[in-house]
Amino acid sequence: MNLGDLCNLVGGTAVCGTARLGDSVEYAFASDLMSDVLTIKSTDFILITGLANIQSIRTLEMSDASYMLLCRGKEVTPEMLELAEENGIVIITSPYSLFRCAGILYSAGLKPLY
Amino acid sequence: MKLEYKVEGGDFTAAGFASSQIKKILKQLNIDPSVIKRVVIALYEAEVNIVAHAYRGVIKAHIESGGITLTLEDEGPGIPDVEMAMTPGFSTATKAVREMGFGAGMGLPNISENADSFNIETIVGKGTTLTIGIKFK
Repeated sequence: MNLGDLCNLVGGTAVCGTARLGDSVEYAFASDLMSDVLTIKSTDFILITGLANIQSIRTLEMSDASYMLLCRGKEVTPEMLELAEENGIVIITSPYSLFRCAGILYSAGLKPLY
Repeated sequence: MKLEYKVEGGDFTAAGFASSQIKKILKQLNIDPSVIKRVVIALYEAEVNIVAHAYRGVIKAHIESGGITLTLEDEGPGIPDVEMAMTPGFSTATKAVREMGFGAGMGLPNISENADSFNIETIVGKGTTLTIGIKFK
């Protein structure tokens, strides 16, 4: 799924990495628990989360993953933005809940990792 | 190559800095990306453990041609029951740690999963030392 299309589906706003909105992603993982995210072997996924702090970006950095969908209208902090920009990470924010985002994207064909 | 980083307990903003620095160095050394991922995930989990549970600690990385040895030595409460701490899902993390997205009880099991060798030495009331070895090939 194209990231730009994904962003539209969840009524989202790309706040970082807008130059990469043409990228495609096939899988998603939804979690607020970063230790769960750190068990994923794959690097081709978008993290759907409600965790708006610097550790969610660090987790993506360590996982070699590049895409985040931040739900529930959470604000991206300046520290998150700085670290995301440094690592070329795309952040899309959505006013919808994590459940609603996951449901919309699953229905649209984004695949689960497990 | 030997590297050393200090880690402060409770400083979640800085947690992951050492892991990030070591990741950059391993990339410069052209280490296989799948190996780098195993190293930094094990290291990041261990670094977060120091921030979450200890007062302070030191991370030492020894990079040789065949692999990396990470030693994480902390001053902290120690681990009263290592077997229990290694059980997936078991956690003693505080609410503050959980709010940062950790404390799921997956840290030590995940380190073990990614490491080729893993050792825990701990003294209750004094601190814990983790030694993690990962081969490059």
